[in-house]
Amino acid sequence: MSDPVLTFTDRGIYCPAGDFFIDPWRPVDRALITHGHADHARPGHRRYLCTDACAPVMRHRLGEISVETVKFGETRKIGDALVSFHPAGHLPGSAQIRVEVGGEVWVASGDYKVVPDGISEPFEPVTCHSFITECTFGLPVFKWDDQAEVARELNAWWARNAADGKTSILGAYSLGKAQRLLSMIDSEIGPILTHGAVENTNAVLRAQGYGLPDTIHVTPDLKAKDHPGALVIAPPSALGSQWARRFGASSTAFASGWMRLRGVRRRRAADRGFVISDHADWDGLMQAIRQTGAENIYATHGYTDIFARWLNTQEYNAQVVPTEFGGEDDEAEEAA
Amino acid sequence: MKDFAALFTTIDQTTKTTLKTKALASFFETATDEDKLWTIALFSGRRPKRAVTTTQLREWAAEVGGIPLWLLEESYPIVGDLAETIALTLPPPGRESDLSLTHWIIELKSLAALDIDTRKARILDAWDQLDPIERFLFNKLITGGFRIGVSQKLMTRALAQATGQDEASLAHRLMGGWTPETTSFHELIVAEDAEADDSRPYPFYLAYQLEHGPEALGSPEDWQAEWKWDGIRGQVILRNGTHHVWSRGEELMTDRFPEFARLPDFLPDGIVLDGEIVAWDGTQPHPFNTLQARIGRKTVPKKLLKEAPVILLAYDLLEENGSDLRDLPLQDRRTRMEALLQDLPEDAPIRAAPPLPFDTWDALAQIRATARDHRAEGLMLKRKESPYLAGRKKGDWWKWKLDPLTVDAVMIYAQQGHGRRANLFTDFTFAVWNGNDLVPFTKAYSGLTDEEFRKITAWVRKNTQQRFGPVRQVTPHHVFEIAFEGIHASPRHKSGIALRFPRMSRWRHDKPLQEANTLDDLKDLLETYG
Repeated sequence: MSDPVLTFTDRGIYCPAGDFFIDPWRPVDRALITHGHADHARPGHRRYLCTDACAPVMRHRLGEISVETVKFGETRKIGDALVSFHPAGHLPGSAQIRVEVGGEVWVASGDYKVVPDGISEPFEPVTCHSFITECTFGLPVFKWDDQAEVARELNAWWARNAADGKTSILGAYSLGKAQRLLSMIDSEIGPILTHGAVENTNAVLRAQGYGLPDTIHVTPDLKAKDHPGALVIAPPSALGSQWARRFGASSTAFASGWMRLRGVRRRRAADRGFVISDHADWDGLMQAIRQTGAENIYATHGYTDIFARWLNTQEYNAQVVPTEFGGEDDEAEEAA
Repeated sequence: MKDFAALFTTIDQTTKTTLKTKALASFFETATDEDKLWTIALFSGRRPKRAVTTTQLREWAAEVGGIPLWLLEESYPIVGDLAETIALTLPPPGRESDLSLTHWIIELKSLAALDIDTRKARILDAWDQLDPIERFLFNKLITGGFRIGVSQKLMTRALAQATGQDEASLAHRLMGGWTPETTSFHELIVAEDAEADDSRPYPFYLAYQLEHGPEALGSPEDWQAEWKWDGIRGQVILRNGTHHVWSRGEELMTDRFPEFARLPDFLPDGIVLDGEIVAWDGTQPHPFNTLQARIGRKTVPKKLLKEAPVILLAYDLLEENGSDLRDLPLQDRRTRMEALLQDLPEDAPIRAAPPLPFDTWDALAQIRATARDHRAEGLMLKRKESPYLAGRKKGDWWKWKLDPLTVDAVMIYAQQGHGRRANLFTDFTFAVWNGNDLVPFTKAYSGLTDEEFRKITAWVRKNTQQRFGPVRQVTPHHVFEIAFEGIHASPRHKSGIALRFPRMSRWRHDKPLQEANTLDDLKDLLETYG
């Protein structure tokens, strides 16, 4: 039997036929990158390949790197492998990577969500034999409400705070989640202020043509009282910090899939937790897996043991990508 | 149930006590009397009797949710709350209803008389008409302590705001053995307090820990010092020929300590004493683990009664001749108490906790240093002029505990926490060296910051060697300083020792694995302090 199309090594997912890695976490010669989050796009590789939609953010975050780009759906031959990138719906520019060798097709999902969010290129199911799926929220307790419903709650919270003379401070990961929230909120309610980390990413995405409402960058000389009733979008780590104190009376909230759990919500000690995730929920994962038509499923990033065990009871041949390669770091949790 | 769910949502969406109190007060202003009464009962630890087992509940929820039971069981430690896990697992409800909180509690109570199939049908029918938040609360009514971020103190304050009554006297009214079946809102809260319940205790006055030395307290002569005993804080009530014993957790313990049935032979009627219940060896208390053997038992076998008889080391007199003495200065209460307790025979199950005379703070510090020799955890300092207040109040009563004992130990197992610590690894098992082996000797759950728990959680996930259900065996690597209040021999533990109040006092990043303490070190500590 020939080599598998993709293998799991101590540097990440590797394709022997094409001699490249997907989202490797140690420096390699050639890295194919699904999306710009730090646990997927790491520094130090000699050559990068990603979608043209993803490249600007990568350059912004990683500085001077050698990047080649492809369009969504465009096929590239690398060694004996045929490679193409397909929308993952996780954030603007995010992709799943399809690799075909001798008629055998594997797809590495990266991170994904199946429900359209109004800003990311919508998830596209890709038929394959083997599917490497993330499972950040691979438990049946994780189910997301309709985005329109959450948007209503979010806007009601902001409007209520504005009426009470409070600033609304919303903690959200600066790449992806923040822009998705910007596309969900009703900018008629008041001014939108952004933390530098968020605003820099906004600038990159605006330059690419992604539509975002107007935002005001919070610079050191900005006076909170000049912007009554504002919504502030900042990375989670900025909440409760000196930086956030300038806004005076405020209500705080986080936007993440983890907010589905009351325990996590309370631990964050914010006033509100909005359940908005850039990852698929339980039903979304199952839908995506079904649509690939794959028999072999490799679970990574998340509750891998439990999720693989479940898939095996559902007539799939599921395996866990060993934990060492799972990389569950803090940032991944914040971004979820 | 919708108004109660709305109340919960408001409380859950704020971290500010004033807003929680306000929400609860406005609930108390608008809810029906029976809903108010049940709300008071729930927030003072009076839960309806469990009508179905949590095992049944899990099975039914998995079935309705269309998932295998094991998958629900695996989700539970990650969610950290069974009621919530079930609420999140169930499919959306099929219909809507707005039946009252009291309705659902009565429904749950009525299940006890029904056969199991009918119980199941009724629970499923309830789930099908409750929204996710109502379901969570409904499940909470079944599964355990009704803890949703409202303390009894906060509830009492809200009730005081809503009724215009004094908070301390309300706190007193809410003490004792009432349940919503035995009283009404009117009787409990509104009616003139003519016929006070004979068993009703006073709210306990609780001390704060003295963080720095006592010098800041002023002049030593204004203060009374006592040993801080390591027993069970209790209130003994003698009224109308009956006697009652209450724990600080408001648990009626009369039957667990039959020794106190003899108290009416030695003391007059109409008194209430506050003190420490300890197992007594004739001259001083036994270590706490001797008493612990008795706490879990509702009835006490003769052998245990003989081996570990308890007495009350009384330190305060709250009522005499049926009158409330709590506003008198401590020294007057003390004088009256000593008058009552003097000249009692040796075998009376009570004695006055001895005051510790001292002239200077330095002299007191020297007394404190000998606390372990007296089987005490440290000192209590009480202002001689202080009234007996309700609850934890700063200023007049302080505990000044000994510095804890410590050992450096290796983390070998980790488990996820509950509630706000869900999905974080917070419960650890620690080991010391015995030759080349690591012998587990204690668990600890607290002492680290949230940030440290996050760090160790990420580490545990990457360094799991083996899983035993929710428990993960991790690579021995991290050394923690474990602080504890006492050490005892324990045949039930592999290491042969048991610790009192172990917690993580420091993460010893500086300490290599090999330099953790040994079992012999622990045995030396046992020799010295056990």
